[in-house]
Amino acid sequence: MIKRAAALLSLLLLGLVFLRLVVDYAPHTALNPISEHYVAAGPDELGAANIVTAVLVTYRGLDTLGEVAVFFISAAGVGLLLRRRERDMGKTTTHRPASELVGTAVHFLLPLIFLLGAYIFINGHLTPGGGFQGGAVLASGIMLRLLADPHARLRHRTVHLLESSAGFGYVLVGVLGLALAGGFLDNRFLDLGTFGELFSAGAMPIIYVLIGVKVGTELGAVLERMKE
Amino acid sequence: MSQLINATSLPFVVLAAGFLVILIGLWGMLTRRNIIQIIIGFSLTDTGVHMLMVAVGYLNGRTAPILDAAVDRASAASVVVDPIPSALVLTAIVIGLGITALMLSYAIQIHKKNGSLSIDDCSELKG
Repeated sequence: MIKRAAALLSLLLLGLVFLRLVVDYAPHTALNPISEHYVAAGPDELGAANIVTAVLVTYRGLDTLGEVAVFFISAAGVGLLLRRRERDMGKTTTHRPASELVGTAVHFLLPLIFLLGAYIFINGHLTPGGGFQGGAVLASGIMLRLLADPHARLRHRTVHLLESSAGFGYVLVGVLGLALAGGFLDNRFLDLGTFGELFSAGAMPIIYVLIGVKVGTELGAVLERMKE
Repeated sequence: MSQLINATSLPFVVLAAGFLVILIGLWGMLTRRNIIQIIIGFSLTDTGVHMLMVAVGYLNGRTAPILDAAVDRASAASVVVDPIPSALVLTAIVIGLGITALMLSYAIQIHKKNGSLSIDDCSELKG
């Protein structure tokens, strides 16, 4: 009881601090100089219509590489914690089969879900969306597959190959930017193309496709581990 | 209602809601004994922080930082919201997801070992 009261008291005090922050908050009326530069110069410098993508993939590309690394480490941690033990291998648990509705829906929806995911990450430099969102959509397809058939296994060799080649490709694109253009992860070593076209913005779509594949396979592997 | 939440008060509403969600999450983390509930509390706090970041990047009456027919390239800087918080939130969401997945797998391991999800049964570090 005393613990609860202490928690309540400290949260109330924290709430007072927050209240002051909200009441005294003065919304910005203009972009700050760095954002203004990104918005004004981004389309000309990098050829991307989606400025969030320009910031994420190129201006602050190193952060995103770090983010992908953190996500990889957490997925590896999940794999380590939930690895199948040797003695559990023989055990087969019987699951109630999924309903026919789900089973049929998988055949119909899975290609569409994968198509949508690929569409989202290929168009990341033009429309809302990108590698992380598209990857999450791919993983939702894998989730549906696992729901329909709990005994389904991902082809681990394929998944590992896809994941590691996507990660390697990402770093390779970054190094190519360093060698052929202005710096690490610079997207301008490829032609910027026509503004607003699918094949434009230099290496940006390539990076987002790689991120999409990597996030999709990692999330899918995490889901498969969680299921067991 | 429409006067209470008009365009100028939108950042305040999101900001206040974000702080509220943070407080709810902290309350959950401080008072619950079930590990899954603690993880839900963490996720709530995480989401609250994302709401704050989006609210701070919002500029009244402006649109998403994506150039198309409606957003002219020349005048873009005066009609779009700040793209940097949006990019940061995207990063934060993915990292939060990774951390949540890792915490849940720890919870699974603890449940396997102790047979319960209560943190009172985790006595390894108690003096």
